[in-house]
Amino acid sequence: MSAHTSNTMTITLHVWRQAGPNAPGKLEQYEAKNVSPDQSFLEMLDEVNEDLIKAGKDPIAFDHDCREGICGMCSSVINGVPHGGQVRTTACQLHMRTFKDGDAIYIEPWRAKAFPIIKDLIVDRNALERIMQAGGYTSCHTGGVPDGNAILIPKPEADYAMDAAECIGCGACVAACPNGSAMLYTSAKVAQLSVLPQGKAEAAERVCAMVDAMQENGFGNCSNHYECQAACPKGISVKFIAKLNREYQKALFK
Amino acid sequence: MILDGKCPKGPIQTSWDRHRFDLKLVNPANKRKYKILVVGTGLAGGAAAASLGELGYNVEAFCYQDSARRAHSIAAQGGINAAKNYPNDGDSIYRLFYDTIKGGDFRAREADVWRLAQVSNNIIDQCVAQGVPFARDYAGYLDNRSFGGAQVSRTFYARGQTGQQLLLGAYSALARQVKAGSVKLFQRTEMLDLVVVDGEAKGITVRDLVTGEIRTHVGDAVVLATGGYVNVFYLSTNAMGCSVTATWRAHKKGAFFANPCYTQIHPTCIPQSGEHQSKLTLMSESLRNDGRCWAPKKKGDNRPPNEIPEEDRDYYLERKYPSFGNLAPRDIASRAAKEQCDEGRGVGPGGRGVNLDFADSIKRLGEDTIRARYGNLFEMYEKITDENAYKVPMRMYPAPHYSMGGLWVDYNCESNVPGLFVLGEANFSVHGANRLGASALMQGLADGYFVIPYTIANYLAKTKPGAVKADNPECKKSIEDIKAQTNKFLSINGKKTVSEFHRELGKIMWENVGMARSEESLKDALKKIPVLREEFWKNVKVTGKGEELNQQLENAGRVADFLEFAELMSKDALHRNESCGGHFRVEHQMPDGEAKRNDEDYCYAAAWEFKGVGNEPELHKEPLTFENVHLAVRSYK
Ligand SMILES: Cc1cc2nc3c(=O)[nH]c(=O)nc-3n(C[C@H](O)[C@H](O)[C@H](O)COP(=O)(O)OP(=O)(O)OC[C@H]3O[C@@H](n4cnc5c(N)ncnc54)[C@H](O)[C@@H]3O)c2cc1C
Ligand code: FES
Repeated sequence: MSAHTSNTMTITLHVWRQAGPNAPGKLEQYEAKNVSPDQSFLEMLDEVNEDLIKAGKDPIAFDHDCREGICGMCSSVINGVPHGGQVRTTACQLHMRTFKDGDAIYIEPWRAKAFPIIKDLIVDRNALERIMQAGGYTSCHTGGVPDGNAILIPKPEADYAMDAAECIGCGACVAACPNGSAMLYTSAKVAQLSVLPQGKAEAAERVCAMVDAMQENGFGNCSNHYECQAACPKGISVKFIAKLNREYQKALFK
Repeated sequence: MILDGKCPKGPIQTSWDRHRFDLKLVNPANKRKYKILVVGTGLAGGAAAASLGELGYNVEAFCYQDSARRAHSIAAQGGINAAKNYPNDGDSIYRLFYDTIKGGDFRAREADVWRLAQVSNNIIDQCVAQGVPFARDYAGYLDNRSFGGAQVSRTFYARGQTGQQLLLGAYSALARQVKAGSVKLFQRTEMLDLVVVDGEAKGITVRDLVTGEIRTHVGDAVVLATGGYVNVFYLSTNAMGCSVTATWRAHKKGAFFANPCYTQIHPTCIPQSGEHQSKLTLMSESLRNDGRCWAPKKKGDNRPPNEIPEEDRDYYLERKYPSFGNLAPRDIASRAAKEQCDEGRGVGPGGRGVNLDFADSIKRLGEDTIRARYGNLFEMYEKITDENAYKVPMRMYPAPHYSMGGLWVDYNCESNVPGLFVLGEANFSVHGANRLGASALMQGLADGYFVIPYTIANYLAKTKPGAVKADNPECKKSIEDIKAQTNKFLSINGKKTVSEFHRELGKIMWENVGMARSEESLKDALKKIPVLREEFWKNVKVTGKGEELNQQLENAGRVADFLEFAELMSKDALHRNESCGGHFRVEHQMPDGEAKRNDEDYCYAAAWEFKGVGNEPELHKEPLTFENVHLAVRSYK
């Protein structure tokens, strides 16, 4: 049991610093001292930032909000792996006990053509929004819909939809993909809505519109590396990519 | 001033239907001429913006995150209530109404709660149509679970991620309107001021969090759906960016703040592990079905829990509340845990924790049964604490979770400032002094999908579209004020960081205005808060510039507002010389430790008017009348 240990660690950080979208960026070195194993990774960064501020320097900018692995805001590549490579774990859920005293940690932003850097570790993920806006919905109106039990949904299909719907939209899949593809993200929404009776009516238009949006917004193609699945903090399966491909083929031959 | 909630008269069962008929309409061709500014894209704001856009209004929606989908509604776990009565177990609109009024300890307005219960059923239908993957049984029907404060199963859920799925539903409806061109989204944009022209809300001043640009958006009405304020305690289950800023700044422009002292402290959260802690994580209350709460009998007993023999353990809830045992109500369970720790018998780092022990249940039911019931929670617990709760007891401590108070609104969700509407956790409307589990999600979506689309028309129909332009002197003044504040933050160049001030404020609030409040503790808080605030404005250090992405600057604004708001919250708690729901004044308790209300003197909503920082705010009362439930002592025995 490693909780309640009082052994603190010293960690060397190499952090990507970039003042703005067009400014040159480089890795800067910092020392994180007195790091508690019970501290979360972001809390460790908080303390480094407190020291930087007190020294009159610019703190490291990084995205975060819920700090419990559900909002999808946190986004850094840690030692070369999006979110740090622990199974089903976001950067904000990562704890310092997974590191050792004296370790060096490299911290970088999501790197993908579709995600321009805004500052330091913060990137612009609006391209993901545009994929959703292209068709990631059912066209129901507010009000005027049938009773929730009017259309039965077999449990396996409801569960399949839920598996896909767990995506938190963080973009780790894109950052992990050698082609910078958003296939896992897009396929999760396509799969969720195409398996449910409520989403079937628009399935063909939806998949075409979302795939087009993916291409128009600077994401690369999927060539089945499956790095996305390995990096996904919610364990979204690549089986949804196969589902998207089937839906896409169906739509083309419609 | 005696405030009027403008509830419809007559039988409550038909009140909303009659009221809807009485509301004015805006004809379809005219709708696009009206611009509505919706601040917040959580369940309340997201649902509102999508529904108003679909009706044909010209909507601008704002959030501080980089995507509308990341509003803190995303974090809700347990579920959402509705009076569907699918399980045939005796539920009805009346019962949901009754449970909510009683759960709120008789401090909410009847008509609003009735409407909430009535539209709850439409919410479920709406979400299903959007493709929200609610849990279903093998026959394909929607599944329900039970939640606290109710004897029926009326809670709909999507695994442990109900809030996420409901928000993604609203977000998808919003995305559809963005594509249709009726909603324009402004992400990474923070509202810092309300623009009031001739007494009516006509715009907001925002800061673009990427470029630092400060500008005004004008509109014909403003909708605030900006969530709750429990980050005033620093540590809470809220997200890091949740703040009182939007509602507080509207308050400073004239909107009344109602019942700020009503906050909910959730009994089962993972305790703080050290000074470095930045937020707290909730663990579902359902764990208390099979876990037993205990603390060591002896002070400072440092033995590992499994080595403390039975006779040295105090199962304090079972001892103090034999009939309810470990399932004592939320507020009682929270206070009892705090008491153990205050007496020096807490466990874990810093002694701020109690044991929640599953050993007996595992012995009785087997580890597999416990795993099937709570596996995901045990896993989440292990991720944070690195402890295996199948082998050692969980450590739990109460944490600030939800704010029942908020901006005062009438039955139309309109504040006392005409044209300013407030939805979701940001308003004070339906939960009284205590919210029942699974009812916040219901309220957010009710307000957004089914209330505001009707009530806002009543206001707009009386106004001329586009009356206020961006060059209005009020807009210019607002921009200048915000710029001045930004420059002030950057020029102080003191010695303490924004977080240090926030932490200190949190300590004051938690110790004095937390789970148990007394005249003495509240007066103490009222002494300390202004001192800390003064120090903040002299000694805070914010680096960088205003014209760039600057997270310290963002945070400085939020903490500055908490430093003002905290004083009002303490004042409200001091003035309310009774206990009710989550507001527990130690001077007023029943012999068994239950909150003791004083209906004679305090059966009203307290709405405060801003009179300047540090000045005495003015209290306005809205008397509460109960015609459909009997005003009684709340008892769950
Ligand atoms: C951990 C947790 C679990 C919960 N579980 C449940 C549950 O099981 N059932 C239940 O019913 N309730 C639950 N709740 C409560 C419920 O989730 C919230 O009360 C509800 O979701 C609030 O919704 P909202 O739309 O009012 O606000 P939020 O979802 O908080 O949205 C606020 C929005 O306002 C924006 N905003 C805020 N300030 C500004 C500003 N100044 N400028 C611009 N934008 C701003 C934010 O960007 C965001 O978009 C839970 C809460 C927590 C914290
Ligand atoms: S901060 Fe929300 S998922 Fe990491």
